[in-house]
Amino acid sequence: MVRRLLQSVLLLLVVITAIFFLIHLTPGGPEAALANNPRTSAEDIARVKQQFGLTDPLPIQYLHWLGNAAHLDFGRSYFYSRPATDVVAERLWPSIQLGIMSYLVALLGVPLGVLAATHRGKLADNLTRLVTTLGHALPTWWFGLTLIVVLNSVLGWFPNGQGRGGPWQWFSYIIFPALVLGLAALVTFTRFVRSEVLEVLNQDYVRTADAKGLPRTLVTSRHVLRNALLPVVTQLGYVLPAVVSGALITEYVFSWPGVGRLFYEAAVARDYPILLAILTMTTAATIVGTLVADLSYGIVDPRVRYS
Amino acid sequence: MAVAAPAATPLPIEQPTSRRASTARGFWSSAWWRFRHDRVSLIALAVLLAIVVLSAAAPLISGLILHTDPAQFMRTPAGRIATLQPPGPNYPLGTDDVGRDVLTRLLYAGQVSLSVGFLVALVSLGLGAPMGLLAAYFGGSVDDVINAVVQFMLNIPALFVLIVLSIFLTPNVIELALIFGLFFWPGTARQVRAVVLSARNRDYVDAARVLGAGDGRIMARHILPNVASVAIVVAGLDMAAAILAESSLSFLGFGVPVPLSSWGNMLSLSQEMFRSAPWLVYPPGVMIFVTVLCVFLVSDGLRDALDPRLSR
Repeated sequence: MVRRLLQSVLLLLVVITAIFFLIHLTPGGPEAALANNPRTSAEDIARVKQQFGLTDPLPIQYLHWLGNAAHLDFGRSYFYSRPATDVVAERLWPSIQLGIMSYLVALLGVPLGVLAATHRGKLADNLTRLVTTLGHALPTWWFGLTLIVVLNSVLGWFPNGQGRGGPWQWFSYIIFPALVLGLAALVTFTRFVRSEVLEVLNQDYVRTADAKGLPRTLVTSRHVLRNALLPVVTQLGYVLPAVVSGALITEYVFSWPGVGRLFYEAAVARDYPILLAILTMTTAATIVGTLVADLSYGIVDPRVRYS
Repeated sequence: MAVAAPAATPLPIEQPTSRRASTARGFWSSAWWRFRHDRVSLIALAVLLAIVVLSAAAPLISGLILHTDPAQFMRTPAGRIATLQPPGPNYPLGTDDVGRDVLTRLLYAGQVSLSVGFLVALVSLGLGAPMGLLAAYFGGSVDDVINAVVQFMLNIPALFVLIVLSIFLTPNVIELALIFGLFFWPGTARQVRAVVLSARNRDYVDAARVLGAGDGRIMARHILPNVASVAIVVAGLDMAAAILAESSLSFLGFGVPVPLSSWGNMLSLSQEMFRSAPWLVYPPGVMIFVTVLCVFLVSDGLRDALDPRLSR
């Protein structure tokens, strides 16, 4: 357990180090964005580089950045002229709201998977498999755009940004992006639950429960679901990376004022501090998601042991 | 329990008058036989081939039938540039905001999106399969090193880094496919490694070693054939995932450089445009959706055909 934690911390360090050097070594930094402007002189560019500490040798810049990042100081944003941490923090809450809502949408996959497994080979199963296959091939951004076009032609309205005002407004603005973002995870959950339930249905204790004459519904609810649904907890962690990168596209399509959209804006503006802050955050989210999933797997299923 | 009936009368023995009706099939021909009898996969393969042919023939179709050019503006009969024309007799799928014919661009975009998908699958397989093979075959520190690299790659937030890379490097289509491949091979390596791990300890591998075969020969002749079926399926899934990923990146405006069209970047317009021109939204998305769906179905069919034990 402790070893697993240390590994994760080391992995995070290695990945963000690589990302830092990748960003700083590739041509076209913030000064390139300025150089496009004919009115900036060479001195201006030198002054800007000096101001942002881009003239130091790269290893020095790195150690400096890492030391500050350790206490969540990611430097000043070039574009906003404010601490990058503050800018990201402001955008975090809308993203978390969207993330939670999309997880709720994705959890609809659980009853869907149970339904498919208990009606194996019948209409419900085939329909579910059809929908999950189609959902798997659907590009996120295009699903969002189509939804916008359809809503616009039917209602003459589409959700753009975050709803302000009452809870109903909030809900009507968040549900469509959440639906788009949650679809991929919903497909994952449905497939996972279906195969888990099918596996438990083949266990001896289920046959025993059937044989002693328990009603089918009781067998399903007491013996099958209790064992089949526990591993779903682990999947919550495994889909986190997909939700985070899906949010980038969804937030762009729906103009959602979250971290994903901020990343897009910062990438266009070549705003290194913000880019690095968000990349560090998403890397941490990816690693923590996997870690939580792995550890919870061990708790949920004591047969799994980590060496 | 069925009780075996005593054989009262001896069964009549048929004299072999002609050759047996069915001949024994080899691995590939029996796989093809199974695939041929899987109707869904066959239809998917046909649709996929049709899309490939249409995209490859884009210059012919636009030149001879549509009389259009992907880079030229269309003109209305009055001689003005035909921007945002709805679908009609002159423009089967309408025109975009700068007056280019959508159908023509859609066909040309197919070339780009399909080749990116294909190249990424190739790179992913070319890097991932040898890595997985080496890791599982030699084990020990080789395995540890390759595993560490795979872990490292899998924990990079790929979409975010791809955006940064394509802004700073402004890659062309080939470079873009290479960069994508770098993020795709760890998944392939993992799958191949798992297969090789189980194949490595088979008796026939030991037998080959006892007979004096070297590592290279054992890997090439005795282990690689086990990997083939998995590799083909994984390559298919990689291709589908790459087409989706490229479309996302291009949609955000970072992938395939304009004026080249791909199914993703045809839609990187402002959201407001879709109030007035909804017809622009459907064609590229439908093409990606159908292509990716067909690739998935063909891969599924191939998996069932190549390894019948795996079928659900």
